[in-house]
Amino acid sequence: MRGTRTASGWLRTAAGVVIVVVLLFPLYWMINASLQPGGALLRPNPDWLPVDGTFDGYRKALSTQGGPLLDSLVVAGGTVLVSLVIALPASYALAQLRFRGAQPLIFALLIVQMIPGIVMANSLYAVFSDLGLIDDYLGLILADSTATIPFAILVLRAFMLAIPRELTEAARVDGASYWRTFRSIIVPVSRNAMVTAGLFSFLFAWADFLFAVTLTTGRSIEPITVGIYRFIGNQSADWNAVLATAVLASVPAAILLVIAQRYVVAGVTGGAVKE
Amino acid sequence: MTVVAQRPAETAAPVPRRRRRGTGRQRWVALAFLVPVLAYVVLFFGYPLVNNVSMSLRDYTVRSFYTGEAPFVGWENYAAVLRDPLFTEAVVNTVVFTVGSIAFQFGIGLALALFFAGRFPAGGLLRSLLLLPWLLPLVVSGAVWRWMLDQDHGVINAALRAVGLADGPTPWLTDPGWALPAVIIVNIWIGIPFNLVILHGGLRAIPQSLYEAAALDGAGPWQRFRHVTWPLLRPVTAVVLMLGLVYTIKVFDVIMVVTGGGPANATQTLTTWSYHLSFGGGFAFGEGAAVSNLLVLVATVFGLFYLRSARSSIAEAGT
Repeated sequence: MRGTRTASGWLRTAAGVVIVVVLLFPLYWMINASLQPGGALLRPNPDWLPVDGTFDGYRKALSTQGGPLLDSLVVAGGTVLVSLVIALPASYALAQLRFRGAQPLIFALLIVQMIPGIVMANSLYAVFSDLGLIDDYLGLILADSTATIPFAILVLRAFMLAIPRELTEAARVDGASYWRTFRSIIVPVSRNAMVTAGLFSFLFAWADFLFAVTLTTGRSIEPITVGIYRFIGNQSADWNAVLATAVLASVPAAILLVIAQRYVVAGVTGGAVKE
Repeated sequence: MTVVAQRPAETAAPVPRRRRRGTGRQRWVALAFLVPVLAYVVLFFGYPLVNNVSMSLRDYTVRSFYTGEAPFVGWENYAAVLRDPLFTEAVVNTVVFTVGSIAFQFGIGLALALFFAGRFPAGGLLRSLLLLPWLLPLVVSGAVWRWMLDQDHGVINAALRAVGLADGPTPWLTDPGWALPAVIIVNIWIGIPFNLVILHGGLRAIPQSLYEAAALDGAGPWQRFRHVTWPLLRPVTAVVLMLGLVYTIKVFDVIMVVTGGGPANATQTLTTWSYHLSFGGGFAFGEGAAVSNLLVLVATVFGLFYLRSARSSIAEAGT
């Protein structure tokens, strides 16, 4: 390739490193502050390296925010499950079966993605308080799914469109029922798309703040995003512990970027903008 | 989270009715597979949204949840919202926030996409690292920036002081004049990766041969950008801008964590205002619902624009 491994190529790499350093500086700063004792953070000139490093912030974060971290894990895991269980059969029907009404349904899914979350939160609050789903894991899972199900269907359907009909029709000729075709061919073949849809559902639910803050009261469950928000709201906010909590809350995203980068990129583009 | 419109080539093309036998049966089978999602859509989109409209036409307060009484008041909630001086302020803030965020997100995202379009050692790795801010929970980004923008202990003011750009500390989050620019800066930072990824994909799709032909004709770098890149990137640009619009209008987490809509409502947008009306102590659910229905209206209009532009862009790309 032209430009690779030449002087100008390496110059570009150097410039690229500078760009990354500048744009990722806030992340470094978060980690840096999470490792410094509370007193050091209040000096007029901040320390650029955690020289008096301490894990006090993390100890405090785990002792006060351990519950919220677990709550978020439960909600995010549940959202993945609910989203895939509902989205998989729907995507199969939309991608592989012929029937009228498929186009309007896809159109509707694209539109509901654009409904602002605050509208859903306002609307769901009234319904959930009648159903007793406020302060409830199931309530949060179902609310988060309003965002993840349309997304999962669109990603899975785009993938399933590419599964050759010959494959499924051959199975049908061999006497497999639609359900069997779905279970034994479509689902296994769609594994990669399921990972993408599942990852993004997890990340969404893990990061959700809007539903978490509107549909819980803090009496029983408290997702980590709300935990951080209330933590900051304290006038005597202990930034060392706040930012240690923030680092812990970022761990899932960092892990995903490392182990599943190609699924992440697939999800960002939704498999739609052609590469 | 994003789904860019599917290739509407197949969405638009009418499916030829083939093999009449089986079609009728497939319809019922398809329906069976769709039952879960249809039930979900009706229960968790349809019913709540209709209920929200009904709430916006009633005097719905926190008492209503216990007594079930919420007298019908017609357009009273909408009138109250429109009469509120905060309405104009929230609209202006929303517009400034949205336009400011998108202009810079797109500009910086495009510059970075062009930079990373060239191949150089470790280019792919560096580009994927830039995705990280986009994957972090927004509350985390908001918390970090709130700390960095702190007037007395924040690193931003320390850096400005160190390079001599500011005499005294800038009251980023406590001064009504600075707060809106501050949250816009945070939101720009959050939006850059998304713009970068989508625009990068668009640049990749432009055939290298066109650049070579243009170079042979003596076109310089600017002319190549102006006459090859820009026109061919337009469909992707339209998609990015439309999605940016839809997403920026509904930004909630960032503003809530960084400023909470303050100081003195300087960063109150329609979204945060709707939240504050319903949940911020007043429990004016009727008015909150009215504001959020106005938001739905705005989002739907932009959404339809987006779908239209996505559709025509694909048609263009196909020819």
